[in-house]
Amino acid sequence: MHLNRYGQVGIFMASAAGLQLAAVAAGRGFLLTQMTMSAYYTLAVLGISLLMGYAGQISLGHAGFVAVGGYTSAVLTTLDLTPYRAQPLVAASQGLGLLLARPDLYGGELLVVQPLVACILAVALATLLAFVVGIPVLKLKGHYLAMATLGVGTIVYSLALGTQWLGAADGISSVPPFPLPFGASVGGPAGGRVVNYYVAVALLGAAMLLLLNLVQARVGRALRAIHGAEDAAAAMGVDTASLKLKTFVLSAALAALAGVFLTHYNGGIGPSEASVMKSVKYMAIVAVGGMGSLWGTLGMSLALNFLSLRGYFGAYDDVVFGLILVGMMLFAPEGLLALQPRRALAALRLRLRRREDGEEPR
Amino acid sequence: MLTVRTLDVAYGAVTVLRGVSLHVKEGEVVAIVGANGAGKTTLLKAITGLVRPRRGDVRLRGESILEVGTARIVARGCSLVPEGRQIFGDLSVRDNLLLGAHVQYRRGKAAEVRADLERILGMFPILGKRSGQLGGTLSGGEQQMLAIGRALMARPTLLMLDEPSMGLAPLVVKEIFNVISTISLAGCTVLLVEQNARGALKIAHRGYVLETGRIVLEGSAEDLLASREMQRAYLGRDVNLETARVTT
Repeated sequence: MHLNRYGQVGIFMASAAGLQLAAVAAGRGFLLTQMTMSAYYTLAVLGISLLMGYAGQISLGHAGFVAVGGYTSAVLTTLDLTPYRAQPLVAASQGLGLLLARPDLYGGELLVVQPLVACILAVALATLLAFVVGIPVLKLKGHYLAMATLGVGTIVYSLALGTQWLGAADGISSVPPFPLPFGASVGGPAGGRVVNYYVAVALLGAAMLLLLNLVQARVGRALRAIHGAEDAAAAMGVDTASLKLKTFVLSAALAALAGVFLTHYNGGIGPSEASVMKSVKYMAIVAVGGMGSLWGTLGMSLALNFLSLRGYFGAYDDVVFGLILVGMMLFAPEGLLALQPRRALAALRLRLRRREDGEEPR
Repeated sequence: MLTVRTLDVAYGAVTVLRGVSLHVKEGEVVAIVGANGAGKTTLLKAITGLVRPRRGDVRLRGESILEVGTARIVARGCSLVPEGRQIFGDLSVRDNLLLGAHVQYRRGKAAEVRADLERILGMFPILGKRSGQLGGTLSGGEQQMLAIGRALMARPTLLMLDEPSMGLAPLVVKEIFNVISTISLAGCTVLLVEQNARGALKIAHRGYVLETGRIVLEGSAEDLLASREMQRAYLGRDVNLETARVTT
């Protein structure tokens, strides 16, 4: 079956619509809430798939970028600027139409940043952060990115948890909906569930088109080459440091975008969004979906995030994803779809024999 | 075309190259021969910017390329066929070749790439037959052909090969050296690093002998092939011993 990327994304959209119809027809429209959230998480996971599955770079801090996006947009759209009205920056922003007056819960009026402007600023901040972390680290070969991003994730988590004006352990709530054209919005009353679902699916489809376009041509080949052998890729004229950096920044931007939409959809964000376990979860999903398989990752991410959000794994959620990661790395480092049971068994046997012979297991 | 001047390279405390100077003229085939650990691969890595020299200079067409970076050096027409071939095993033969054309795409010559691909597949018919196969499934000789073809896809003016004969059967080695001669005849300058001194010098115009990080001999390929020192050290003949035996 050789469909081009538009055909593939078309099939994905059609299946998503089928799921929506099935859920509503079965009288279980409430499931769409978790399906929508799962779609936003998947947006972040897809970026990691590009970074980890194609370029072979490991990030343990993408939950940090999700949180940077979510928190920035939450702060900007909830912080009342009325007391600062006289300040030149605020006044100028208001003059340019970047601010929005909206009623608060108690009938008063808040002056906040427009959600679209907040979204752009949020993604820009995450992009900047990714540049600052990535520039020095990605000049090196090896897994330094994993360590640096682990640090970033931890710092973002601690800052979110320990900062009063970020709501500390409670996080930020009453984040307004993100208005879209044609009266649609991200978040808002529960009645908008179906519209919200399609907004998320459309965003995911668009991201998929962008990523497929990247990996199916020159850039994808170059990324796989970096994954295979970095020096050899450089010898082909691939600017490895710059390409790794661009991939990392793009994945961080996608994570931040996911964070922004997730925050508007949920109406708030808490520090757990930045926790390292979230990053590990994303990584486990990429591993199980298949290194270098965007569609495999998309499917696995939608399914696993949905199950996790519905609480199927209960209190063992972290354990489940931890086990998935360990199991995948041991038995199917190329992903489930690439798994050939007989070959895997043969590989396992070889490994055991090597161990008996006292050799280093590879 | 390429000038290397008093190059010192060290990995930490271990000095690998000491004061290496050499030059390659336009259209030449120059061989650098030497035993294992002499520093041959390090020399090529230093030229292509994969390792940073401690001292000295590398000039391509008169311009220093020390600070240029590997990707840009390749873009300037100086391609490397790396040691151990470094085929991308998970990519198809075709994709390996297209990856070689990375700089051609960046030069905005995407239109030429298709013709180049046909040309390379014609030059190595075995690659044409296996173009859809994964690079990792090829035999050693086929992988070497692929590595050379991949480097040619960048349309280099200087091709550097690191031990292309390594680990290959004698017949295949012969074929590889024939291919290198053909590339040279087509107008590409070649810098060839080899342990197989005899094979390399046979197709080269000039040669350098590298020993523990120093150039110990240089000259035309014929002179080197005939030189006593060379025969003793690298061609497996102890001339002194043989003459001694004759006199006694």
